[in-house]
Amino acid sequence: MLQSFKMALRSIWGNKMRSFLTMLGIIIGVASVIILVSVVNAYMSTVVESFASMGVNQMSVRLTNTPTRSVSDDEMYEFYEENRDKFAQMSPQVTVSTVVKHGSDSLSSTSVGGYSEEYLDLKGYELEAGRNIQYSDITSRQKVCVAGYFVANELYGGPEKALGETLKIGGYAFKIVGVVKRQDEDDLEEGGSDDFVWIPYSVAVKMSRNADINQYVFATEKVEETERCKALLEEFFLETFKNDSLYRITANSEMVDSLNEQIAMMSAMLGGIAGISLLVAGVGVMNIMLVSVTERTREIGIRKSLGARRKVIMEQFVIEAAVTSSIGGIMGILLGAAATRLVGAAMGITANPTLGAVIISFSVSVGIGLLFGYMPASRAARLNPIDALRSE
Amino acid sequence: METEKKETPLIELNEIYKIYQMGDQEVKANDGISLTINKGEFVAIVGKSGSGKSTLMNIIGALDVPTKGTYYLGGQDVSDMSDDELAGIRNKMIGFIFQQYNLLSKLSLLENVELPLLYAGVGSKERRERAMASLEKVGLKEKYKNRPNQLSGGQQQRVSIARALAGEPSLILADEPTGALDSKTSREVLDFLKQLNAEGNTIVMITHDSTIAMEARRVVRIHDGKINFDGDVKDYAAIL
Repeated sequence: MLQSFKMALRSIWGNKMRSFLTMLGIIIGVASVIILVSVVNAYMSTVVESFASMGVNQMSVRLTNTPTRSVSDDEMYEFYEENRDKFAQMSPQVTVSTVVKHGSDSLSSTSVGGYSEEYLDLKGYELEAGRNIQYSDITSRQKVCVAGYFVANELYGGPEKALGETLKIGGYAFKIVGVVKRQDEDDLEEGGSDDFVWIPYSVAVKMSRNADINQYVFATEKVEETERCKALLEEFFLETFKNDSLYRITANSEMVDSLNEQIAMMSAMLGGIAGISLLVAGVGVMNIMLVSVTERTREIGIRKSLGARRKVIMEQFVIEAAVTSSIGGIMGILLGAAATRLVGAAMGITANPTLGAVIISFSVSVGIGLLFGYMPASRAARLNPIDALRSE
Repeated sequence: METEKKETPLIELNEIYKIYQMGDQEVKANDGISLTINKGEFVAIVGKSGSGKSTLMNIIGALDVPTKGTYYLGGQDVSDMSDDELAGIRNKMIGFIFQQYNLLSKLSLLENVELPLLYAGVGSKERRERAMASLEKVGLKEKYKNRPNQLSGGQQQRVSIARALAGEPSLILADEPTGALDSKTSREVLDFLKQLNAEGNTIVMITHDSTIAMEARRVVRIHDGKINFDGDVKDYAAIL
């Protein structure tokens, strides 16, 4: 066995061109599958991410609490804690309809709402200056607020200038602790996506003189699981309300559905393309193996005439095929991984080789190499030494 | 009544037939050949192309089995051995010298000569020593690292002789050993074969050329699949 191994290595080294051609098929096959699958996967996940930033992973809940059946914010938080693995963020939503003022300036278009400290992440926004609303602000009902870029710009002349200033909301004075980064790059206008003020929801509840919170916003951990999360919520509410007209869950899931359809279609297409490239690589390997064995019939004849048994001949050729395909496979993985990074960088996305693609492409091409090394070798080993010797 | 023999003959062919089916016709390449060769002989098997001498060589060389008849090589019945058993017989008992040398071009001279020992399962150190000794015998020890195609035809044939000798076979079977060589190198190879025979090796040489056959001590002539002369080389010279 060790001898056969050495002999195989000698033979690979002795026939560099042929060995390289065999490997080339496998290298291209493995590398192309890895590049294809990994790059498209990376692209898909950026698509999914950008969909997520558009709010596809969000759903809003509106409740109609009755004197006998109601869900309190504590109960809602309990449910949220139990399902932390499904939900990324949650926040109550308490709308306050009022005008915001600073000195003599006022804005009537600004949407004012009470939210939890998780709302910033839920929206996927980032802060331009200052800090976010904190949990302690909510428990101690601090009159602090986070302002949108438009508000800070319009009333104070910039985010930094707005920090620490006072904003009057519905007659109460709120300290501006943070300003959110500009969302709309093109327009900065009244009623736009930068015209808002967030305050702790506990303060908003008090201001609206409403004991119950009847709106919540959820963000799911995974876009694909939105449907399941919606079902979870429904189950929870039905248990409490016993009536499905007392609550309404609105998920932005039509977008998710179409996204899932696209993912499925892309995956099917990808599978097809990857399969074809592996097949082409396999045919290449098969060709070279067949030619190489035919070409080497005389060598087989000489070896047999000198007393090599069938098994020894077989071993030599199969090991040769295995070693050639494995080296080719490893080179293909290296090339594929490097090219994946390069292509990803060129496309402006982070692309890393997928483990699944590496394993499948490697094992399929090495399998093909072995099979098509084995088949002609087994035929060759059976050859009559005289016929084999006579071949040129 | 059979007389007791002192020694079993090395080669004992009894009524050997080799029949090929060519379409509807049966071709008898060997048509009842009986031949006995003892240890230490130098026999030339001579015949024109198509006479059946190559078929006979294949059978003697355990490269092929006869359709009918028995073949004892060193007392063992080789006539209906399996492929792998024949490989074992070739490996241990026969050293081949081919017209086309049949060296592996990708291997060095040493590795070529080592091959039969490798297949016999000889350990690497002993293999190397024996192969080197064999190369030394044909005068190519210094070139052991070279590839066959770096040598002249005569030198390549000497490597193939070294390979044939390496396994210390009971029989050296030479198939047209000078067929691809010029007359000067042919002379060298024939002298070398004679010398090997003088050292006690049994040699069977197949040739179409009666002049080459004259170098042996006994000549067997094949014609149409049958032996039509078997005798001392002097008697063969007389009928030419």
